[in-house]
Amino acid sequence: MSGMAEKDASRWVYQQPWPARKMTAPPPTMAASPLPPPDPQFVLRGTQSAVHALHFFGGARGQERPLLLSGSLSGLVHIWSLQTRRAVATLDGHGGQCVTWLQTLPQGHQLLSQGRDLKLRLWDLAEGRNAVVDSVPLESLGFCRSSVLARGQERWMLAVPGRGSEEVQILEMPSKTSVCTLKPEADAKPGMPMCLELWQADSSPRPLLLAGYEDGSVALWDVSERKVCSRVACHTEPVMGFDFDSQKARGVSGSAEKALAVWSLDEQQALQVCGTHELTNPGIADVKIRPDRKILATAGWDHRVRVFHWRTMKPLAVLSFHSATVHCVAFATDGLLAAGSGDQRISIWSLYPICRDASTPLLGHAEGGEVGAHALA
Amino acid sequence: MDPAQSAVPPTIREALRTLSSSEDGGRILSALGSLKRYLSGAESPAPPGEQEEFARRHFSDVLRCLVDRLSPGWLELLPDGQLEDLWASFFLEGPADQAFLVLMESIEGAAGPSFRLTKTAQLLARFLRAGRMAAVMEGQCRQQAGPAFPPLQDALLCKAVGLPDHLGNRLRRENLEAFLPQNYFPLLGEEIVRVLQALVDSLRGGWDCSVSFLSQVLGKACVHGRQKEILGVLVPRLTALTRANCLWQRVCWRLVECVPDRAMEALLTGLVEAASGPEVLSRLLGNLVMKSKKAQFVMTRKILFLQYRYSTPMLQSLLGYLAMDSQRRPLLIQVLKELLETWGSSSAIRHASLPQQHYVSKAVLICLAHLGEAELRDSREDLLASLMAGVKSRLDSSLPAVRRLGMTVAEVASARIHPEGPPLRFQYEEDELSRELLALAAPPPAADSPSEASPAVAPVAAETPDRGSANHGVPQAQPEATGSDLDSDDELVPYDMSGDRELKSGKAPAYVRDCVEALTSSEDWERWEAALRALEGLINRSPAAAREVSVAGDVEGGVRVCPGGPRVAGMGRWWAAGASWAGGELRHADPCVQVSVELAKVLLHLEEKTSVVGFEGLRQRALVAVVVTDPAPVAEYLTSQFYALNFSLRQRMDILDVLTLAAQELSRPGRLPKAPHCGSPSPASQPSSTQAPAWRAVVEERIRSKTRRFTQGSARRGPDASPSEFNLAAGYFFFPLIRHFDRPLVTFDLLGEDQLVLGRLVHTLGVLMYLAVNTTVAVAMGKALLEFVWTLRFHGDAYVRRGLLSAVSSVLLSVPAERLLADLPDELLEARPWLADVAEQDPDEDCRVLAVKALLLLEKLKGTLLPLSSP
Repeated sequence: MSGMAEKDASRWVYQQPWPARKMTAPPPTMAASPLPPPDPQFVLRGTQSAVHALHFFGGARGQERPLLLSGSLSGLVHIWSLQTRRAVATLDGHGGQCVTWLQTLPQGHQLLSQGRDLKLRLWDLAEGRNAVVDSVPLESLGFCRSSVLARGQERWMLAVPGRGSEEVQILEMPSKTSVCTLKPEADAKPGMPMCLELWQADSSPRPLLLAGYEDGSVALWDVSERKVCSRVACHTEPVMGFDFDSQKARGVSGSAEKALAVWSLDEQQALQVCGTHELTNPGIADVKIRPDRKILATAGWDHRVRVFHWRTMKPLAVLSFHSATVHCVAFATDGLLAAGSGDQRISIWSLYPICRDASTPLLGHAEGGEVGAHALA
Repeated sequence: MDPAQSAVPPTIREALRTLSSSEDGGRILSALGSLKRYLSGAESPAPPGEQEEFARRHFSDVLRCLVDRLSPGWLELLPDGQLEDLWASFFLEGPADQAFLVLMESIEGAAGPSFRLTKTAQLLARFLRAGRMAAVMEGQCRQQAGPAFPPLQDALLCKAVGLPDHLGNRLRRENLEAFLPQNYFPLLGEEIVRVLQALVDSLRGGWDCSVSFLSQVLGKACVHGRQKEILGVLVPRLTALTRANCLWQRVCWRLVECVPDRAMEALLTGLVEAASGPEVLSRLLGNLVMKSKKAQFVMTRKILFLQYRYSTPMLQSLLGYLAMDSQRRPLLIQVLKELLETWGSSSAIRHASLPQQHYVSKAVLICLAHLGEAELRDSREDLLASLMAGVKSRLDSSLPAVRRLGMTVAEVASARIHPEGPPLRFQYEEDELSRELLALAAPPPAADSPSEASPAVAPVAAETPDRGSANHGVPQAQPEATGSDLDSDDELVPYDMSGDRELKSGKAPAYVRDCVEALTSSEDWERWEAALRALEGLINRSPAAAREVSVAGDVEGGVRVCPGGPRVAGMGRWWAAGASWAGGELRHADPCVQVSVELAKVLLHLEEKTSVVGFEGLRQRALVAVVVTDPAPVAEYLTSQFYALNFSLRQRMDILDVLTLAAQELSRPGRLPKAPHCGSPSPASQPSSTQAPAWRAVVEERIRSKTRRFTQGSARRGPDASPSEFNLAAGYFFFPLIRHFDRPLVTFDLLGEDQLVLGRLVHTLGVLMYLAVNTTVAVAMGKALLEFVWTLRFHGDAYVRRGLLSAVSSVLLSVPAERLLADLPDELLEARPWLADVAEQDPDEDCRVLAVKALLLLEKLKGTLLPLSSP
């Protein structure tokens, strides 16, 4: 069985949609006829409702194809096998309320799922189990996704939207002890937090939190000092999603407006906007950078997934397959891209295959927190 | 002198007698020794006077005698092959011309394969290897103005050039490598260079000599078609030798001048081909074109106007040669004038093939690149007049390639001829050819070799450097990582993103009725566009709705259970009336029919009011969908509009395109008209099982239960056979179109200047004919179409002719063979010689190919009919 899986995996990992063209690809300056727009590698159907969260799980060690977790509007979490392309399990723990965020923990088969029923569930998925082992009550009814900082220790850190509309609460898990509440200064009025990301620089032990706010700004919090290190206005509309490349100290955010913003963090921990990238249609629901930091993908309200070159922000592809808003995108460690949409389908794409022998370390988005970065340090 | 003169004959006579009769080796040896004294370079030579006398009078006799005696036994009279060596030395060391002639003579005279033939052929090969051909030719060159025997020279010339042929004829399979033309002529070239070298040396020494024999050899070799072999050796050597040497140049010019007129063309084309550029050509030819009428004719007319097989570099070196000397430049202007005249003549455009037109265009542009402004100014009026005439006739052409050629040349040439005037600008897509033409128009580079002048590849623009600030927060960023990033940029090739458009917020109409309303009355352009985009899908999804949109709920809806049913009978009646069908009589009382016609009318008159991307395609697809939904009335409407008064040519051609596409769709086998295309049907459900009679289901069930299948999976069914829907509608498509073509309107004259539409019409008719295969009206259509073709067969436009020829082919393909023979024998009989004529003589290549195809179909038809009739 495992041998077959390996063979299967090698087939699709090295499968290139344009093998011959790649060898003779002209330099980008030439006006040669471009590659035709790509098609999805395959499509997962059967969630029966809009897909709001996606997360790849496993597969990092290369011995097995990863599983794909999807959270739907109807409150179900589906676990998809990418080998059989079927749902292998369905988790029902949010009482029919939308699942907005999925994240697995590095130390074992544990899954965190956030739902609009104001519950954050911790699932045990080991050995085919699918039982709720813990639950954290939430107090914010927004769509803000939580964030986890787990470095393989027993204890890990969780950032969730807090009780007050502008607050972010930091919990220590698994004890569920509230560490602190990050509350902006009284005159700042950034609005609700829209998206969160906990991280820790390799050079310092202090955890940091990046938060995108309703007024379009992105703020960097020093969690231990409970103060805002830096805040920069990236958008005029609420930040809907962002992703941060901790190696390049650069992030990209999307909002309800018609542009992507790229911002960076300097050594004084000050955020500054590097530039914006104009889009054809407004509305970005989610942004993800691929673990090898080559490309990034955005989930668009215009039903399309856009792929950019991460370093130059050159547009690479517009994936039009869905017939409704794309809510979320996710990358697997092997480069597979998944997009979940309001049309109840999940499309899987294989673009710009990752070179296996590349010496650049992986970021480890899909495999929960900054595991890769930690391993490197 | 006297004693010597008297002394020679007896000695030689004695030796000859011994040679011819003796069987004693010793005596032969001594006789040969005594003869050898007369050859130059012998050990104890005879006095020079005697040598000369011997060479002139007796040498050939001696050689003939030697050849005669040659036999295995004779050679073995002395041991160790002494005799053979001695024998050969006479040929290799004596006067070369006589030795050559005798050798050739004996080889030609041999009756068949023999020892003597083999030996002489081997000796001849040695003779060639030893470079004796140079001696032969040099001998002829030295005898300048003396008592040279013209017959001897002619014989030498014939034998020297015809050697490979003679030897090949004689030796057949035993032919030696050295005598093959591809080996011999390069050798001859080398020998000519050696002779020229010797001549140049002796000219330096003050001796006179003539190159005319060399010229004759060269000319004759070229006439024999061996330019490539002989000039391939000669030209590079002469190029090098004439580079800085006036004497060599003059010898070279003389060499070319002395070539007889009848060989001039062969030589010049070979030279132009072999020379690597105008400079080389100028060095080799000098002012030949001014001195020789024949050369001038070849260079300025034959190569340019009468032939078009030469490559662009050849044209460049030829015209560059004309431009290089002030004496020759008037010729160049003359050539340009004539070229432009040809380029501009409308009859030349009609009768010359496309490659030839390209060739002339290239020549024009090269000429223009070489000529200066002042020179052009003098004859600007003439040139512009010819140019404009050519542009006009080319833009009128219905072949895109001709139009584009006209535009390219007009742009470039007008900019050169009339630089201060307003620049001509056409909109055309660049292709390989136009780029080549544009490159030719650039003034010639000064570099010696044209190959170096290829435009340097534009350097790949450097990638935009990474923002410096972005890396500040990453002190650990390894340099290797950045390097690999840079390397990998190239592999991320963007996909096509042209489909990335703004998402329209407007809701697309969900009903055909709403679409029609939006298209006719809406001022909301987003809604208008959405309606246009949605229309095709809506019509295809519910054909009934498209037909009955305005009568929804009306009683009339129930009438059309079987669309087209009553019309079939009517059609049969019309076909009986033959081609004199008049469609106006039929008026459909059915209101739902009029709705689809209404829709077609709306679409046909739709204007592109806002810039909608892909408007033409959207409208066309919607129209096709309407025609497919309700073929007969809509086709009838469209065909009547084709000949109506107030339409643009564009609209008329759109009508033709729509009819073609709709016919294609209707005749597509496996089209399921009533079943909506929603995904692939599941294997379990069988589409036809509901309609199939009950007994069949029972039988199939029984068969299935009794049958064991060894393969997995459900049994596959091929597409169901169904009658072509085009059968019912073909007449509506075809006959109204063919009826009125010869009635000119004020705005529309098919037989006059609107020949582009005529061409499209002919093509459309051909396609309709082809799609009407297996329909009942095919015979009537074929008859009408052949008549139509017959009236237009000598049309001047190549595009129309192509259409006619393809129409003939489609008649042959679509009408059943026996019906062709029964109903259309005369037409076929007439068509055959016409096709044969076109296949041979039409200037357009596509026309010739199409005619050959039609002829092949005719042949095939004959083949199918003959076996039927013979038993």
